[in-house]
Amino acid sequence: MKKFDVKKAYSLFYLIRKSEEKIIELYDTDKIKSPVHLSIGQEPVAVGVSLALDKKDIIFSNYRGHAHYLAREGNLKEMWAELYGKVAGSSRGKAGSMHLSDWSVNFMTTSAIVATAVPEAVGYAYSQKYQNNEGVVICYHGDGAVDEGVYWESINFASLHQLPILFVCENNKYAIYTHQDKRMLGDSIVSRANSFGLKSFRVDGIRTEDFFNAANDSINNIKNNSGPILLECMTSRWRDHVGPGEDRHINFRSDKELNDAITNDDLKNLESLINKEDVVTIQKDIDSQINDAIKYSEDSSFPGTKEITDNVYG
Amino acid sequence: MDNLKEINYGEAIYEGCYQEMENDDSVFVYGLGVDDTKGHYGTSKDLHKVFGAKRNFDIPLSEDAMTGIGIGAALGGLKPIYVHQRMDFLLLCMNQLVNMAAKLRYMSSGVHSVPLVVRAAIGRSWGQGAQHSQAFHSYFMHVPGIKVVAPTTPHDAKGCLIASIRDKNPVIFVEHRMLYSNVGYVPEELYEVEFGKGRVLIEGTDITLVGVSYTVTDCIRASLALKEIGISAEVIDPVSLSPIDYELIRKSANKTKKVLVVDNGWLTCGFAAEVIADLGINCKDLDLDRMGYLESPCPTTRVLEDGFYPSPESVAIKANTMCGGDSNWKPENISRKEINSFKGPF
Ligand SMILES: Cc1ncc(C[n+]2csc(CCOP(=O)(O)OP(=O)(O)O)c2C)c(N)n1
Ligand SMILES: [Mg+2]
Repeated sequence: MKKFDVKKAYSLFYLIRKSEEKIIELYDTDKIKSPVHLSIGQEPVAVGVSLALDKKDIIFSNYRGHAHYLAREGNLKEMWAELYGKVAGSSRGKAGSMHLSDWSVNFMTTSAIVATAVPEAVGYAYSQKYQNNEGVVICYHGDGAVDEGVYWESINFASLHQLPILFVCENNKYAIYTHQDKRMLGDSIVSRANSFGLKSFRVDGIRTEDFFNAANDSINNIKNNSGPILLECMTSRWRDHVGPGEDRHINFRSDKELNDAITNDDLKNLESLINKEDVVTIQKDIDSQINDAIKYSEDSSFPGTKEITDNVYG
Repeated sequence: MDNLKEINYGEAIYEGCYQEMENDDSVFVYGLGVDDTKGHYGTSKDLHKVFGAKRNFDIPLSEDAMTGIGIGAALGGLKPIYVHQRMDFLLLCMNQLVNMAAKLRYMSSGVHSVPLVVRAAIGRSWGQGAQHSQAFHSYFMHVPGIKVVAPTTPHDAKGCLIASIRDKNPVIFVEHRMLYSNVGYVPEELYEVEFGKGRVLIEGTDITLVGVSYTVTDCIRASLALKEIGISAEVIDPVSLSPIDYELIRKSANKTKKVLVVDNGWLTCGFAAEVIADLGINCKDLDLDRMGYLESPCPTTRVLEDGFYPSPESVAIKANTMCGGDSNWKPENISRKEINSFKGPF
């Protein structure tokens, strides 16, 4: 069993937060010419889960995937270059923010269509079992994804075949601006999943450590053949659904709801648990990594138009 | 020729699948009823008894997820074959096939491949009606990143299936129900029929007939009737619909100057439209025409159904007219034993 590493948690959290704040800062320059779905506010889930993972585990993310990728210790430079649409990007500009991928850290190409990569994650888990491979599949998805039929079809198959997969539902309560209450009767993701024979738990924490503990237990159980598990991770999205802005003016949720989440920011909590000097060192190091990544992206070239039709077929 | 044996189309699919499963542990078959005693027209019969349940298994009725699960398994290094009793059911799989299977290689800049085979049975027999008879090969031909094959002969059924399994790309493998009993000589060993290569099945000089899957047999029968009245019709089986062997069709067109494309589907935005567009752009002074489903859903009652589909007679009549023949000419009734002898139950 892994132990919670506060320093590492802080450093990953800080990296994600600062990277996305940089995106906000630069977005107006229109150098990132594509949609971005920010994870600010939801970092505790990605960091907590990622700290419980091994190298061999495989991640299926979604369009809101920067936090999943950076928490997985992906390549910051390549991610930035991908946002910039440059050849140095992890997919030479063909993926961008919504389809981020990097197989060197087992981070699978993903989908911008809600719930659409969920069966792929399950199929990958089938292949893991089939080939007796180590490595648990992690399937991140939102609360909106569980509205889709394919989600439950996938859950059913994962459960039927007892596959090595951990579903991480990041429940920020909203699909764009539509609250869960408007989309389903009752607050019942966990009980629905349980009824499919899937072991399911809600993690009501705001602390990275809570998500880590839940994921760590789950991964351990899955490795000991518990079958698939679902964690419904209650969290909060601080920025607009898409783009760099805030969304208070849309009036779909109360100011209090958002203010409470911001007050409870776990970044501050983690910082308070580490000695000052370390905090300064971590921050300095990460700030300069981000600046380097941006410079690297700026300096990298755009792909030539002859690349348009590359890799349609193999 | 001692390594050839005479088997039917269904047996050829079974044999290709069996041999490739023997050859490659990563190949597995799944779909509704694949491991029941019928084994999808015998094509997957008892494979689980030989290769184990994880390599030939029945599934929940979850076409959408089961497609994604195949894609995911393919990403994980396996070679799944998803078998559908009807191509109509593929409409429940479109999101996965078009948005995921066709694009994951591209979006990952070539890091990932999706070697998934989707076998889809199409076609009439009798009374399959509006929702159990449709052929959607043209839908998939429209999508970059997907290959489509529709073999007609047992030889090509086996060779195309093996090539499809080994291909790095998602492949839609279209098999017409009325072809399963078609008998032909098939090599006993493993072999591939190359994508993008069509075949001239009958050589001719007066007109070119291009069919798709079962309508290739309509074209062959029509060409035999046309021969009786002195018209020499060349019959082309494109075999591979995406990519298409345009070279072969152009060459034949330049020789005969007349091309009739007989699709096994609707005409608008279909295979026939595509071939005719290519010929119009790349060849000169051709007479071009096309046939296919009538522009309606497929009716159930036999008398309407017969009018809905092209037939050897309707193909022969149209071809004769294109060759300047008498438009009142009708061939003697051409028997199609596979349809005439069909008694269901489904
Ligand atoms: C199938 C589909 N329907 C609608 C959309 C538009 N859309 C994009 S994100 C989103 C909300 C999804 O909410 P959730 O799953 O909770 O994820 P979150 O954005 O909150 O992380 C919607 C409706 C889509 N991308 N795909
Ligand atoms: Mg949500």
